[in-house]
Amino acid sequence: MMRRGFWGYALQNKTLLLMLAPAVFFFILFAYVPMAGIVLAFKQYNNTGGIFGSPWNGISNFRFFFESGNAWMVTRNTALYNIAFIIVNNVLQIAAAIFLFEAVGKWFRKFSQTMLFLPYFISWVVVGAIAYNLFNYDVGTLNVMLKAVGMQPVDIYNTPSYWPVILVLVSAWKTLGYGSVMYLAAITGIDNEMYEAAEIDGANVFQRIWHITLPNLFPTVIILVLLAVGNIFRGDFGMFYNMVGNNGLLFSSTDVIDTFVFRSLTTSNEIGLSAAAGFYQSVLGFATILLANYAVRKYDKDHALF
Amino acid sequence: MSAIAQTGKSGVKRQTDIILLRVIGYIFISLLAVICFIPFLLVVSSSLSQESSIVEKGYQLIPAVWSTEAYSMLFKYPEQMLRAYGVTIAVTAIGTLVGLFVTAMTAYVLQRKDFRWRNQFAFFFFFTTLFSGGLVPWYMLIVTYLDLKDKLIVLILPMLLNVFYIIVMKTFMSSIPEAITESAKIDGAGDFRIFVQLILPLSKPVLATIGLFIALAYWNDWYNALLFVSDEKLMPLQYYLYKMLGNMDGMRKAMIASGAVVTTNIPTESLKMAMTIVATGPILLAYPFIQRYFVQGLTLGAVKG
Repeated sequence: MMRRGFWGYALQNKTLLLMLAPAVFFFILFAYVPMAGIVLAFKQYNNTGGIFGSPWNGISNFRFFFESGNAWMVTRNTALYNIAFIIVNNVLQIAAAIFLFEAVGKWFRKFSQTMLFLPYFISWVVVGAIAYNLFNYDVGTLNVMLKAVGMQPVDIYNTPSYWPVILVLVSAWKTLGYGSVMYLAAITGIDNEMYEAAEIDGANVFQRIWHITLPNLFPTVIILVLLAVGNIFRGDFGMFYNMVGNNGLLFSSTDVIDTFVFRSLTTSNEIGLSAAAGFYQSVLGFATILLANYAVRKYDKDHALF
Repeated sequence: MSAIAQTGKSGVKRQTDIILLRVIGYIFISLLAVICFIPFLLVVSSSLSQESSIVEKGYQLIPAVWSTEAYSMLFKYPEQMLRAYGVTIAVTAIGTLVGLFVTAMTAYVLQRKDFRWRNQFAFFFFFTTLFSGGLVPWYMLIVTYLDLKDKLIVLILPMLLNVFYIIVMKTFMSSIPEAITESAKIDGAGDFRIFVQLILPLSKPVLATIGLFIALAYWNDWYNALLFVSDEKLMPLQYYLYKMLGNMDGMRKAMIASGAVVTTNIPTESLKMAMTIVATGPILLAYPFIQRYFVQGLTLGAVKG
């Protein structure tokens, strides 16, 4: 029985629509409804008025966010960290994937992958505990070792300048196993014949890696990097919050937009400021993803997000 | 073995570069593997060290003075910890089952080529990954308007579905031949029945992989508790660990809440590490068995996606 028209089709396929309903309802509730709350960024929130009853205050919240210097600092931190993560993590993961594929035997590869994947499975809370174990001024292992060789202990948790390095290393540590699997899969797909031809032509193994493996990985890298760039203004809240905590001394070099928004909401209860910063991040993020996707489309249409 | 490092075709002269590659490779990978593993050893060792030796000499790779006092204290007053375990297990079990089912169901409909509106719905879901209202409206929705604070469901519901997982499942399911659905329809089966009785059994690999990812996310979640839970009886495992690590007060309170007497001497430093091990323990135990599935799933996903 064929039914025509919008509602006709809907009725005919009501089971399918019902099957979609839970997910649709979920995203309406938790993703689309909150979008209406963006108005909070333009209001002076008070408890009695709620979201829709509070008075408007134009762009005051934004002005406060920018004029206080916070906007620049957290934006800069977020972007710079993400750039560093993208570069360092991908280089290490590619290197690891190449060595895992080319240089080591099967059992060693499986065993070492088990080790490499370990950090991915633990929560950032546990990573925070490990960091504490290593970096604590009085009892941390790092200072124990420094003192053992006669050097001065370092006060990691009070020195902002160490943290960019620390956080980049921690990020690499946590994602190495996961990322190298992606590249390993890509390497596995490269055609054998190219290598054989190169070897016959006299290329040594390093030349073969440089001239065949890397260029063949390039499409994968480009896409992953571009998509990561699209998210350049989104910080990993879990990492920053558990590594740095509420240690205000370190904020100048470690505070990202996400932690700033969180603290403004929960600690200082500055709803308007928090909402403004959040909106700022959403808009920036949206713009960069669109740009990144446009770039990917130009490069290779199939791999674009949309 | 590998494609690049095949020997034998060009004779002995070529051996040296391959040997060099292997040497560098083994050293590099070994270093990485050690760096990944050693922190865990450190935590285990620290948890088994005597508190006074930690205070005096710090956390060591091998305990200066062995002691199980931290674990003794944890297991002597285990109430809070057991409760945290209970919360986490319940949340993970329910969340994974429900989330996995809804994800699969949604993915199935989206990949049905005969469904006229699949692209529109796909965009509807996908758009949520591009733009969001931010933390504040989401927080206010859950706390003020839905009033979910300090209820078990708040640890399950907000992170139930993930668009990325829906897409992965959709990709996998689209490789299941349409003929199966078509012939079932001819036999008179309804869409839901087709999904449950035919598609799900055929999707076991992707269900296992995504299921593991979802379960891991729930097990490790502390963010929802941080935002929405202040009731001590409702704290999940990682959040409980977070509170203990935060400060001595947190630890003291937790121990007292479990029955320790106020004046008891708490081995704070080793206790932090012991608690860390206990909070991660099950994951680390299950890890060798499930790591294989993660790698397989990721590899498949990378190839297809």
